[in-house]
Amino acid sequence: MKFTPIEKFSKPCKAATVTTNAIEAHGLVKRYGDKRALDGVDLDVARGAVCALLGPNGAGKTTAVRVLTTLTLPDAGHATVAGHDVVGDPVAVRRAMGLAAQDATVDQLLTGHENLTMIGELHHLGRKAARERATVLLEQFSLTDAGSKLARDYSGGMRRRLDLAATLVAQPQVLFLDEPTTGLDPRARNELWDVLDGLVSGGATLLLTTQYLEEADRLADDIIVVDHGRVIARGDARSLKRQVGGDQLRVVVADRADLDEVTAIVGRIAGAAPTVDAGERLVVAPAVDGGVAAIGALADALGDADIAVEDLGLTQPTLDDVFLTLTGAPPEAEAGREAGVPVATISEDRS
Amino acid sequence: MSTQTAAAPAPVRHARPDSARGSFVSDTWVIARRGLVHMRRQPEALSDATIQPVMFVLLFAFVFGGAISVPGGGSYKEFLMGGIFAQTIVFGCFGVALALSHDRTNGAIDRFHSLPIPRSSVLAGHAVANLIRSFLPIGFMTVTGFVVGWRIHSGPLDILAAYGLMVAFSFAMIWVGVLLGSLVRTPEAVQGVAFVVIFPVTFIASTFVPTSTLPGVLKTIAEWNPTSSLANALRNLFENPGGTAPPGSVWPLAHPVAYTLLWAIGIVVVCAPLAVMQYQRSIKS
Repeated sequence: MKFTPIEKFSKPCKAATVTTNAIEAHGLVKRYGDKRALDGVDLDVARGAVCALLGPNGAGKTTAVRVLTTLTLPDAGHATVAGHDVVGDPVAVRRAMGLAAQDATVDQLLTGHENLTMIGELHHLGRKAARERATVLLEQFSLTDAGSKLARDYSGGMRRRLDLAATLVAQPQVLFLDEPTTGLDPRARNELWDVLDGLVSGGATLLLTTQYLEEADRLADDIIVVDHGRVIARGDARSLKRQVGGDQLRVVVADRADLDEVTAIVGRIAGAAPTVDAGERLVVAPAVDGGVAAIGALADALGDADIAVEDLGLTQPTLDDVFLTLTGAPPEAEAGREAGVPVATISEDRS
Repeated sequence: MSTQTAAAPAPVRHARPDSARGSFVSDTWVIARRGLVHMRRQPEALSDATIQPVMFVLLFAFVFGGAISVPGGGSYKEFLMGGIFAQTIVFGCFGVALALSHDRTNGAIDRFHSLPIPRSSVLAGHAVANLIRSFLPIGFMTVTGFVVGWRIHSGPLDILAAYGLMVAFSFAMIWVGVLLGSLVRTPEAVQGVAFVVIFPVTFIASTFVPTSTLPGVLKTIAEWNPTSSLANALRNLFENPGGTAPPGSVWPLAHPVAYTLLWAIGIVVVCAPLAVMQYQRSIKS
C-alpha cells in the first residue's frame, strides 16, 4: 500500500465545504497588463443553486467564468468547481462542468447532430453513445428537424439552444452560461429563458452572467453584482431592488397646467415627495409599499380629479439604478442602454 | 419545448480514461475528422490546394514557358513540375494557419479547452487533417502535369522517394503553419503574412526559372532556399531537367535530396516546440 501524501490529510476539512458548494472561489485575482480584471473575487454557489453574476461590460464576469472553467489561470486566489481545484486538477473540473461561452461557439460547418456527437466523443462517451445522446438532446431542445442542417443556417436562437445542448452532453454537475441571451431578439430571449427554467428545475448548479437585472431576476435565486473586478453586492432580486429603492411611480401629464395638482396626488399616494421634471411633464416617486396597489390608487385619484395623463406606470430599477446606488457612479459600459423597463412583467414576485 | 431538458444529472455512464493523456490519439482523430469535414464543406477554401496549382501549371507551361529555356536543354514543362510541387507544398502552411486562426476567433478553441481532452490534441488534430489535405494538391498536380506533357523517367524507388519527400516537407510546413496560426491573431493577418513572407520565398528560388539566370544576391538566396532544393530534389528523383547540378555547384544544389531532408527535420525540430509553446501561451491569457 502506498503512503498517503500529507496534503490528503488536510482534505476532510476542505471536503466539508466542498460537499455543500458546487462553486467556491477565494480572492481570485487576474491581471491583464495594468488592469485587474478580477480584483479579489470571493464566490460560493451552493449545489443545485442558480446564481447570476450581474455587471456591465468589463466588470470581470467573463474573466471569472474563464478562470472557473479552467480556460485561464488566476494570478492569485484559488477556486474549486464540483470539489476539484481549477488549477490543480483542471481535467476533473472539465469533466464535471459544461460551458456555453459568450458567443455561441457551435461549429458552423457541422450539422446540429454532428456538433453534439463531436462533443460527446470528446467527452469519451464512445461514438455510438455520443450519437444517441445527440439525438436525445436535439429532441429536448426542439431541434430535431434542424439536426441535419449546418449550424451556420440556424437562427440566433437556435444556435444558442444548440450551444446549451452541447454543454449538457456529458450531464455536467455545474453549468456556466456566459451571457446566454446577449444578442437575441426579445422573442428568442423569452424562448431561451423557458429552456433555462427547464435546466434549473433539472437540479444542476448553474452560474450565469448577464448585464440585465431583469434576466438575473427572472432566472436566478441569488444575484452577485460585480464591478471593476470586485463583488459589490449580493442577494436576491428583491433585496437588491430594495437597496435601490424599489419600483417607481411615473406619471406624464397631458397638460402642463395640471403638474402641481398631479405632484400633490402622487406625493400623497407614494407617501414621499416626488421629483418633477417640468420640461418632460414628468412626475416620479418611489412606490414604497406595493407598486401594484399604488398604481391602482393613483389611477383612481387621477380619474376622480379628471386629469388627462399621457403615460402612467411603474418602472423597475435598472442596472443603472443598482450601480448608481451601490457605487455612487453609473456603470461605465453600455449597460445604460436599457432604460426604464415597463413593469407588469415583474409584478408577480412582489409581496 | 420540453421543460425536462436536464433531468437531474444521472450518474454519468461513460467510461473515462484515467488521464486525459490516455485519450490523446482518439481525441486527435475526432478533431482531425472535424477538420476534414470543414474542408469538404468549404471547397472554396481548398482553392490554394486545387485550382491554384493547376492554374500555375497551365500559366507557366503555356504562357511563360516558351520564353524560358532550361540550361542543358530539355522540356520546360518537365522542369516546371518540380517547382510547382515545391511551391504548393510550401504554401501548404496557410491551410492550417487559417484553420487555427478561425478557430481562435470564433471560440472553437475555448470550447475544445473546456472539454476533458489533452490540449495538444487540438493542434495535433489540425496537423493530421492538414497532412491528409496535402495529398490533394499533390494528386491534382500529378494529373495536370501528365496532361500537359510532364513525364517521369526514373524507377519506382525514386518515384516513391519523391512522393515521400513531398509528404515529409508537407509535414514540416504544417508546423510552420501552426506557429504562424499561434503568432498571428486573425485570418486576415495570416493572408498578409502569406504575401509578404511566403510568396517571395517561393519565387526567389528555382521554382520557375533556373537559379543560374538570377542576379548576384538573389542567386545566392535562391541557391540556399529550401524551396529550390525541394524543387531540385524532385527533378532529380523524377529524372527531369534541372535535377542534376553542374559540377562545382554549391552544396545544396549538388545534394538536393539530403539538403531538403535536413530542412524538413530542422523546421520540425525548431517550429514544433515553438508552435506548441506559443499556442499554450496564447490560450493562457
